[in-house]
Amino acid sequence: MNDLNDDFFRHISSEFNEELEALRRSILEMGGLVEEQLRAALQFYSTQDSSLLSKTDEIEKKINAAEIDLDEQVETLIVRRQPIASDLRLVLAVSKIVRDLERMGDELEKVGSLSLECFMSGSDVGVTEIQQIAEQVAKMLSESLNAFARLDLDLAREIFQREREVDKVYQSALRALATFMIEDPRNIGRILNIVWIARSLERVGDHATNIAEYVIYLVQGVDVRHPAVNQNSFD
Amino acid sequence: METIVSDSMVQNTNQVEGRAVPEKTLGEIQVDNPRMSARNVNVFYGEKQAIDNISLDIGMSQVISFIGPSGCGKSTFLRCLNRMNDTIDICKVDGEIKIDHQNIYDPAIDVVSLRARVGMVFQKPNPFPKSIFDNIAYGPRIHGLAASKVELDQIVESSLQRAGLWEEVKDRLDQPGTGLSGGQQQRLCIARAIAVSPEVILMDEPCSALDPIATAKVEELIHELREQYTIVIVTHSMQQAARISDRTAYFHLGKLVEVGDTKQVFTNPRHELTQDYITGRFG
Repeated sequence: MNDLNDDFFRHISSEFNEELEALRRSILEMGGLVEEQLRAALQFYSTQDSSLLSKTDEIEKKINAAEIDLDEQVETLIVRRQPIASDLRLVLAVSKIVRDLERMGDELEKVGSLSLECFMSGSDVGVTEIQQIAEQVAKMLSESLNAFARLDLDLAREIFQREREVDKVYQSALRALATFMIEDPRNIGRILNIVWIARSLERVGDHATNIAEYVIYLVQGVDVRHPAVNQNSFD
Repeated sequence: METIVSDSMVQNTNQVEGRAVPEKTLGEIQVDNPRMSARNVNVFYGEKQAIDNISLDIGMSQVISFIGPSGCGKSTFLRCLNRMNDTIDICKVDGEIKIDHQNIYDPAIDVVSLRARVGMVFQKPNPFPKSIFDNIAYGPRIHGLAASKVELDQIVESSLQRAGLWEEVKDRLDQPGTGLSGGQQQRLCIARAIAVSPEVILMDEPCSALDPIATAKVEELIHELREQYTIVIVTHSMQQAARISDRTAYFHLGKLVEVGDTKQVFTNPRHELTQDYITGRFG
């Protein structure tokens, strides 16, 4: 399957090869920024170092700039090269991944500012739950980016499995958080914010799953989103 | 947002095959409603085999594009469809090509009337050195399609109208066809092909000598004509094939590598040779 990866760069036009290579590099770099953002949050939960959270904010700005740059690269490729077949699928996949990464950046910015509010007050109620979700989601994200970089279908499919696991961790975190609210209603305001953090992290996992879906589309030309409405990929 | 991907969904799809020319054409060579159907066609120029065992249906009221590198046999195969290769002494065709279930290589077939049923438009516009009117009237005259001058006038007008040329030439029908612009000449040639009421129109790179505006007019014409005629077009422009055809066939070294729905061929080709060619990965 890795053949396809080399294939992207076998065009007669070396400039076209370079443009596609640059596109792939840029989207992986953008993915790297999101990973960095998530890592900063994770480190915060174990170190309580609040400077880590202001980082998520700065990185979010870089992610937005990367979005604009990648959109421009996609536009230029379409105008200048009229990509078809696997080239078209690469350009379309990147164009969608950009959107998901940007949303992840937004969610993680939210995670950063809410975490500061919730966990700097000395209480560590809920930290364990959030940490668990964040660790799982970080794995999903890095696997989805690896699946894209290596065009690895097996890895892409594993991500769907991992999403179900994240769902379980998320549900059990919600149950635990609800218990904290029942135990001491004075916690409700703070715990609700922790619920929002959990929700945002879970959304990041969903976006990572989307990336895995685009990888399958990119490699095989089939759309695996919403299987119930998508029986035939060419209808 | 849960996604369930079964292994069967993923495995059922066509993986792009290797770079060797496949023994058997990939994709759907058959269609439900064929106008023409070719089976096991081989063409030899003397010792050299130009077409190697090609089978393909041409669907009724459809546009099919033949694409492939120079020398891949796409024009040779196109020319088999109205026996244009008969004019080449060393050319030998075997296999079977039928139009409406009738073998066109049957000795009883009248080649002249076959070519009226299967018309042709060439790369370079080739109007006869005659007036615009006579260019169109020539075919109907020799095939005896008009019983009177009035009827002939009607055929000329309706052919020029269908070719989108009437408004541009109606006041100068007596002037030479060669005096028109390149794009107009090509549409004149299409009108000339239409004038004998063909079932199939073969086009061999009809836009390669035209500018983008004239090309767009010819493509628009092809789009309108597909209702009534079956169109087979050889083109070197991938974008043109993608724009105008319902099906696309990729030829390579005399073989038909793959044929399928145009959208499928251009988004997810089945064979790596097709992929390499359409994406500009080899010459």
